Amino acid sequence: MTTTDNTLLAVHDLRTYFHTFSGTVKAVNGVSFAIGKGEVMGLVGESGGGKSVVGFSILGLIDSPGRIMGGKILLDGEDLAQAGEDRLRQIRGREISMVFQDPMTSLNPLHTVGQQMDEVLRLHTDLDAAARRTACIEMLESVGISRAADRLGAYPHQFSGGMRQRVVIAIAMLARPRLIIADEPTTALDVTIQSQILKLMRRQIADKGASMILITHDLAVVSEMADHITVLYCGKVVERGRTRDLIETPSHPYTRGLIDSIPDPANRHARLKQIPGTVPDIRNLPQGCNFRDRCPRAQALCAEQEPELRPQNGAQWAACHYPLQPGDSA
Amino acid sequence: MSFLRSEFFYNYRRSTSAVIGSALMLTFGIAVLIGPFLVAQNPYDIAALDLMDSYKPPVWLDGGEAQFPLGTDGQGRDVWASILYGARISVFIGLVAMIASCTIGTILGLIAGFYGGIIDSVIMRIADIQLSFPSILIALFLMSAVGTGIDKVLIALTAVGWVVYARTVRGSTLSEIKKEYVQAAKVAGLPNTAIIRKHVLPNVLTPLIVIATIQVGTFVLIEASLSFLGVGVPITQPSLGLLIKNGFDVLFSGLWWTSVFPGLAIMMLVFGINLFGDFLRDELNPRLK
Repeated sequence: MTTTDNTLLAVHDLRTYFHTFSGTVKAVNGVSFAIGKGEVMGLVGESGGGKSVVGFSILGLIDSPGRIMGGKILLDGEDLAQAGEDRLRQIRGREISMVFQDPMTSLNPLHTVGQQMDEVLRLHTDLDAAARRTACIEMLESVGISRAADRLGAYPHQFSGGMRQRVVIAIAMLARPRLIIADEPTTALDVTIQSQILKLMRRQIADKGASMILITHDLAVVSEMADHITVLYCGKVVERGRTRDLIETPSHPYTRGLIDSIPDPANRHARLKQIPGTVPDIRNLPQGCNFRDRCPRAQALCAEQEPELRPQNGAQWAACHYPLQPGDSA
Repeated sequence: MSFLRSEFFYNYRRSTSAVIGSALMLTFGIAVLIGPFLVAQNPYDIAALDLMDSYKPPVWLDGGEAQFPLGTDGQGRDVWASILYGARISVFIGLVAMIASCTIGTILGLIAGFYGGIIDSVIMRIADIQLSFPSILIALFLMSAVGTGIDKVLIALTAVGWVVYARTVRGSTLSEIKKEYVQAAKVAGLPNTAIIRKHVLPNVLTPLIVIATIQVGTFVLIEASLSFLGVGVPITQPSLGLLIKNGFDVLFSGLWWTSVFPGLAIMMLVFGINLFGDFLRDELNPRLK
């Protein structure tokens, strides 16, 4: 991984473990990636793959029994894994903000939208009340909410799901953070609203020069949005590369499986491909490659030795002993 | 007014027990506020008492006088006037102890639920210990340790009463802090105290309304028991419970009115509170809808 002057966030060998009664869950087990300024990175994987834990680790919001056991989280060179709670609190909302999955529950039902927006500005800026109000109205308008001044006094239940997610995005953008972590931002929305929200986020990020980590299980969403993609499986990076390379010529069989399981609208009668089997118990991972039980290409070596993340074709990296070559079929 | 057209008010009108309960509460509210202006005699003013008037029966019995509608006690105090004055003390104690319990219990419950860990364990184990004793026993212990008086009764009742709030609030807090808007507030960098105040507290208050209402009734009863046992309010400021005790000595001599009427007053007060509390519980519990 190259860390250049353009790098905003570099995560090195992040390990976040949960120590539970039934064993240690290595939810994030040596994950590394880097995001440049103004870039969008897709973080992709199945449910339980540790995607969200990566997001919360960056913000230092891992609750007991979870703990960051090792690794560096460098935001412009500052290691957030070593930062104190006071410093982290300054960073949250100001430098890094987050958009959650379900806009139905990520706004407090008892406060008006205006109050919830104002809260962020009061915390992170020195603006006076009038200036904060103006900023809130501008931000609401920029996420496509009309009559913004009136809507400031409305409660979340008076908005539809899509509108609420716009509000959530507006709140996340308010303090002009440098990095936005969007955790499945469109999963809870109608498909028609999804693309609107994605376009909106894309535009907001471009306008404000922010970077984004887009956490999702939906490769279709990521391929529209992201500059590069990191694929997680069982808490480890299995493949990483530019979006186009990774979608067109995946190296890891798991990535290939994810891509193949996207429905093809042109061929609606074909049976949808799926990845056989289930994610192994993360408390009790098999020796060797975590994916081998589900992998069509697995051989004896895969059971013995865990594959390292290695460069494949050009800028693409994959952790597989028998990576797919361009032109291979899965 | 939108309240008059709300579902809450609609259900209230259709609930007989709620209407009766609130009517009783309202009656006592008025009696407590303007009661002393309704009666000629101030039962606490010794100069106004005449021993010649002692043990006069209620007005509808032989020897009763219109001046003393519910009769008099051994010092010639008007029982009706004593009830009006005594209800003030009882209701005052019930309300103040409820507010104190609610405040302390809510704060402790929020702290226990939000921070968890050792703080949670300590607070909740103290609560468990409290719950394992009958509340009247704890109050008796405390009263014998710190002495008697209205302030001591308030301390004893609060020491007993905070537990139920702490447990309820802790439970709601635990489910509340898992919600995404609390996570969102953390992600926005809000300090913990602000998260608790703005995002957790308002969302855990609803069940407390019911507890608080019913608890006023419970406290009136506990206070009456303490006073009856002689460790409650001082004799110079008789609450309803002390009135019962004062008349108890002569209850079996046929002079029943000095005890029975204050007893009826307590019964109606607590009955009214409980009726209304039950209605609130049904109304505010979303699971019963």
